[in-house]
Amino acid sequence: MSQINELSALELRDAIAAGEVSATQAAKEYLEAIEKHDPQVSAYNEVFTDRAIEQAKQVDSRRQAGEKLGPLAGLPIALKDNMCTTYGKTSCSSKILADFQAPYMSTAAAKLEEAGAVIIGKTNLDEFAMGSSTENSGLKPTRNPWDTQRVPGGSSGGSAAAVAARLCAASLGSDTGGSIRQPAAFCGVVGFKPTYGRVSRYGLVAYGSSLDQIGPMTQTVADAALLSGVIAGYDCKDSTSVPKDVPDYLANIETPIENLRIGLPKEFYSDALDPAINESIHTAAEAYKSAGAEVIEVSLPHSRIDRDENGDLSSFAVACYYIVAMAEASSNLARYDGVHYGHRTTEQVGDIIELYSKSRAEGFGEEVKRRIMLGTYTLSAGYYDAYYNKALKVRRLIKNDFDAAFEKCDVLLCPATPTTAFNIGEKSDDPLTMYLADIYTISVNLAGLPGLSIPAGLSDQGLPIGMQLVGPVFSEEKLLRAARMYEKISGVMKLTPEMVKK
Amino acid sequence: MTDTKDKVKPIIGLEIHVELATQTKMFCRCRNNFGDPPNTNVCPVCIGMPGVMPVMNKKAVEYSMKVGLALDCKVAGFTKWDRKSYYYPDLPKNYQLSQYDLPLNHGGYMEVPLESGETKKIRVLRAHLEEDAGKNVHDNPSHTGVDLNRAGVPLLEIVSEPDMNSAEEVMSYARSMQRLVRWLGVSEANMQMGHMRFEPNINLHITRDGKTYKTPICEVKNLNSFRALENTVNYEIGRQYAEWQSDPDGYAFDKRNKENRGYDDATGQTIFQREKEEAHDYRYFPEPDLVPVTVDDAWRDGIASDIGELPLQRRQRYMDKYELAFKEADALTQEPATGDILDEAVACGADAKRCVNLLLSRGAAIANERGCSIAQTGLTAGQLAELAKMLAGGDINATSAAKIFDKMIESGNNPREIAESQGLLAVKDTAALEAWVDKAIEANPQAVEDVKSGGKKQKKAFGFLMGQVMQMSRGAAQPGDVQKLIKEKLGS
Repeated sequence: MSQINELSALELRDAIAAGEVSATQAAKEYLEAIEKHDPQVSAYNEVFTDRAIEQAKQVDSRRQAGEKLGPLAGLPIALKDNMCTTYGKTSCSSKILADFQAPYMSTAAAKLEEAGAVIIGKTNLDEFAMGSSTENSGLKPTRNPWDTQRVPGGSSGGSAAAVAARLCAASLGSDTGGSIRQPAAFCGVVGFKPTYGRVSRYGLVAYGSSLDQIGPMTQTVADAALLSGVIAGYDCKDSTSVPKDVPDYLANIETPIENLRIGLPKEFYSDALDPAINESIHTAAEAYKSAGAEVIEVSLPHSRIDRDENGDLSSFAVACYYIVAMAEASSNLARYDGVHYGHRTTEQVGDIIELYSKSRAEGFGEEVKRRIMLGTYTLSAGYYDAYYNKALKVRRLIKNDFDAAFEKCDVLLCPATPTTAFNIGEKSDDPLTMYLADIYTISVNLAGLPGLSIPAGLSDQGLPIGMQLVGPVFSEEKLLRAARMYEKISGVMKLTPEMVKK
Repeated sequence: MTDTKDKVKPIIGLEIHVELATQTKMFCRCRNNFGDPPNTNVCPVCIGMPGVMPVMNKKAVEYSMKVGLALDCKVAGFTKWDRKSYYYPDLPKNYQLSQYDLPLNHGGYMEVPLESGETKKIRVLRAHLEEDAGKNVHDNPSHTGVDLNRAGVPLLEIVSEPDMNSAEEVMSYARSMQRLVRWLGVSEANMQMGHMRFEPNINLHITRDGKTYKTPICEVKNLNSFRALENTVNYEIGRQYAEWQSDPDGYAFDKRNKENRGYDDATGQTIFQREKEEAHDYRYFPEPDLVPVTVDDAWRDGIASDIGELPLQRRQRYMDKYELAFKEADALTQEPATGDILDEAVACGADAKRCVNLLLSRGAAIANERGCSIAQTGLTAGQLAELAKMLAGGDINATSAAKIFDKMIESGNNPREIAESQGLLAVKDTAALEAWVDKAIEANPQAVEDVKSGGKKQKKAFGFLMGQVMQMSRGAAQPGDVQKLIKEKLGS
């Protein structure tokens, strides 16, 4: 019997089901790992020690009683702290919701529990999922388990770091512009953003509602398939979730796809990309070829990355994203006003406007304020057409490019990030540079497509390199199989940072 | 006072907010019910908690379509929801779900009756659906409470074109709208419960010496009674004219901003609130948490086929076909069920006029006592038809009919059974009638003398003898028969 934290979620699930390991034992080991390593990583906002052990004991007694166990029975799973649970807090790593206790379960979390998962804790994020480094957390920064001087990426930095440091068997993140895939790449784990509408958003605290999507962050592709199968599906509480059957993502995961056509978007392979990442992805393309895949060049003209006269990077997709997401955010976050719940200023106020202003000024961090202001501006009378409406048109063009590309190929092979994990503090004073950390992931959200980031090796500095596979809407099954093919061909899988080995 | 040389023409448009009588709220499953203790009909969705999402109430959309179709609006095949942003404590999300550029209904009209007997066509610009806000409660000096029971109740906003030119027209339009939504069963339209609220837009076109002046437009917010609406319109006409008189060139449409005013119930006057320039920028944008609504022909036609005859059409038909006076026809078309009883009774072969008389005499009286509609007294079309036929066939007299009507409502029995058991069937037995007449003549020589002698006492004496006979018949004799017989016997 190997060490519990060396098992993938799928392996642990099977070991528990077979009685080789008890769920209680698994929970305890993960709780001990959190106690040991989380002080260096700060992945968790809250750990449900007693509750997790209690849940695990129930799984064990159900198993002993011969009851049928759910597909995630006994797996210790972490939730990004923007998914509501009826226990603990749902803070969104914001001071304004620091003590918020939701009276309802998010559908995704409820489905995990129904499947027997043990919710071990809630993980840190950039405040309200706004950021790419988790440095914007209103509570604390999270550190990259591969190098604690570096960021884990964001906004699901806590969920990515927790999986990478083996502080949970798997986790859920949310992805609005790359918030699952980018930290997954930085931390060397698998991050999967399903098609918009595939997973219910009910109970996910909204940032950019037309872009937000929940997805798994795992050690392996099979784990991502396992968790996706549980959380996907129509939910009558989310009108934007799609009433479409969920295939068994695990059923054929080990079967390679015959005649797979892989497209490389030429716009993504420019000097904006770290050469080491470029090289890794082209090596991956060669590996696919050796397995019988066809690799072709495709074009996504409206997702291209340009340099302006100063040599700075610019992208339609990033510009479009920040208008749409900030507009929606400015409206979604209007409810945090200190009137009904959440932080209310304790200072003396003269009127209701002052109560609003003071409560919001004290509760929100800099980046959140910046996005609320920008979003409010772009929706204002006289600016709406120039910004918001134009952004919607660009969004349509970006989507059309993907549709055209998928006429020629089954999946796109793209970088997940332009660089490997950067240093803490390196970009935090320059929001525009920070926004460019998502240049390869953002257009996928704008087009509503499924996208998956998987490890493609380590850089010379020993930092994980991620690569991204993107498919047409509702092609999750194929996308996961294509990713699993790569794991098998390359042998790159379950990258483990030194920290875990100690 | 209007200067005789000025011609003043008020230009008035009206926004009417109607709360729809759905079981549940617009975007969650909370009860839609007025008067429950504060914050008892609330859930995470209508409180606007983090992460929750709205789910559209289909019934509310259907109710709104029904009103739209009844107003001859075009129902949009594709419509969507938009967020309207403003901060207020009774609006928990700090945005309201509404419809901005693609309303569910647009481009209709309503033909409203005027006292002159003519009607006027008032165009409806749009009728869109939105969610109501909660209520701030100021019953405590130390703080303001917020009651969110009303937050999320479906609200239909019906916006007219500025087609009304007098308080009479405004009132007729508003009352006709109240009757329509009640008629369609989509709202109780109870003013006391805030089911209907008005916001008129008013300005004046004043012609003096061949030149036309236009006063600035004023919008008066949140009027919740017909009295407030009427007072507002009349007050604004007077106020704007007076302001214009003191500054005919300055108090002008193109020199002043549109202004919002409030209404003071105590004085019946309106009060300045703010100029529109200071007003909100609502920052409308499409609600990303809801999918757009597509209305196909089958859905729309299904709703349309459910509407049937509308109140004003029916009122006109009653006037034309049953030859009723306006007031009679109007009284029978306050809600659909009473007219349905009438129409069914007539279809069974009863005489319309007799049915109407029965409905508007005892029927209306009982309904009034009970504070309900005539139909709600439990009267059936079968009872009404039979009673009217008995009356027409001389089986009973009018007095008996009234008694039978009351018993019918009380017991639910059929009128013939009641007449039989109560001995109210008209006496057609001439022998019995003759015996009663003879008896009356014999017992009252003085009256007989007065009748025979003619003169001023004749009429009264005749009436006395009639009364004696009717009494002996216990009210069941036909007065015509009795009259004829007395005349024969006394040779008068």
